[in-house]
Amino acid sequence: MLDDFMTRATLAGVGVAFAAAPLGCFVVWRRMAYFGDATAHAAILGVALSLTFQMSIFTGALAVALIMALAVTLLAGRGYAMDTLLGVMAHSALAFGLVAVSFLSGVRIDLMAYLFGDILAVSRADLAVIWGGAALVVALIAWRWSRLLTATLNEELAYASGFDPKREQLVLTLSLAVTVAVAIKVVGVLLIAAMLIIPAAAARNLARSPESMAAIAAAIGAVSAVAGLRAAYVFDTPAGPSIVCVAAVLFAFLSLVGWQTRSGA
Amino acid sequence: MELITVEDLTVRYGASIVLRHVNITIAPGEIVTIVGPNGSGKTSLLRAIIGATKPAEGRIKQRAGLRIGYVPQKLHIDPTLPISVERFMRLANGVSLRKCEDALVAAGAPDLLRRQMSQLSGGQFQRVLLARALINKPEVLLLDEATQGLDQPGSAAFYRQIEAVRRDTGCAILMISHELHVVMSASDRVICLNGHVCCEGSPAVVASAPEYRALFGTGTGGALALYRHDHDHDHDHSTNAQEAAE
Repeated sequence: MLDDFMTRATLAGVGVAFAAAPLGCFVVWRRMAYFGDATAHAAILGVALSLTFQMSIFTGALAVALIMALAVTLLAGRGYAMDTLLGVMAHSALAFGLVAVSFLSGVRIDLMAYLFGDILAVSRADLAVIWGGAALVVALIAWRWSRLLTATLNEELAYASGFDPKREQLVLTLSLAVTVAVAIKVVGVLLIAAMLIIPAAAARNLARSPESMAAIAAAIGAVSAVAGLRAAYVFDTPAGPSIVCVAAVLFAFLSLVGWQTRSGA
Repeated sequence: MELITVEDLTVRYGASIVLRHVNITIAPGEIVTIVGPNGSGKTSLLRAIIGATKPAEGRIKQRAGLRIGYVPQKLHIDPTLPISVERFMRLANGVSLRKCEDALVAAGAPDLLRRQMSQLSGGQFQRVLLARALINKPEVLLLDEATQGLDQPGSAAFYRQIEAVRRDTGCAILMISHELHVVMSASDRVICLNGHVCCEGSPAVVASAPEYRALFGTGTGGALALYRHDHDHDHDHSTNAQEAAE
């Protein structure tokens, strides 16, 4: 069954959607959208390093995404506003990454594959990495769920409940780096943030609890992956962007429904 | 024995010292109010007590196994986060539905369990925060400007609720407030803070202390007049809080 490239692509897309859904909810709730974007952009530097040192893309991207996320967390509140800091670091990392890739003579690298994903080229090994990473992220978030929610609501409340909200922030940072690393192949570094934010934001219109929002986001992400790939096949469009387009259309539709319900009530 | 003893506490943020050699004790069942201008270290003191800020010097002793309830200053729930009152109150592990209902009753908001947090009014929201802090039957309740954003009748009603909680459960209360006139009439003890403890004592003593006058000056004349008026009319707290609001 895994011999079919469309099957592998679909499974890869759904895997990423599952990891991105619960994490994406926290990204939306904590207003970390730009943080997610920055971490993803930095990953292109990781791709360049991986190619230079002949490591797996996953390892390089994970390492750089993690360093980037930790650096931003540490530097936040020390002189620059968060968005300034992110803007400097994310785009510098992206630029250095692009420059580094250009030095890699000999191998002609299809940069587009890393910027926009190459989901149709997902191998069995990639699939194992994606599902392994997704399972790790989902397990991590499920394990810390109550604490993550409390820390998201109020830092002092977390301290008063006897735990350190900074540790929960670290859990999210780590999950973000893993998600970015596994999603590069599927949607590419430029569209990872879309997979995090759009399904979660769309799910908000239907959800009545944090848990249902995560579950609905996962469903929306999975539907987007399946329908996006189908559309890419039928219309011969790039696969990663097609997935994001479907998610965006679902977002628009659900927002209209949500708006109708609210104004009707 | 004292519930909480703050000994020689100094808190520093980078180079600036926000609290200098502060000594405070909280005894069982008493209502202690901390007043002080902005930047006087009120919130830092509370943060240090709950363990959110590490003391640079000194220490904070709690009676062994002390149960603390904490009501945060302001809890902003992002509108994208759907959460019901019940789910919010049961975020800590092992909180039964029954306990939630009891705590909501104690906080004066019995019918809110099924509501979404985002649909609550300011006063209802604060009561839910209070209820959450009451779930584990605390021996001391910490409130950080708990009535911020409420209008005067709203905060007066909220403080009456706090007094009712103390009456019913006997828990000690340590609160920060800038609403001098409402709060001070309800306190057993007032601590005036400005980086250090300026003065401390019964509301009447603090209000007439020169340090307190120096800090709050004549700008609070109206509030103090109300406050003194409270005291001219003895200590019937429940009605005075309302009068003060009017």
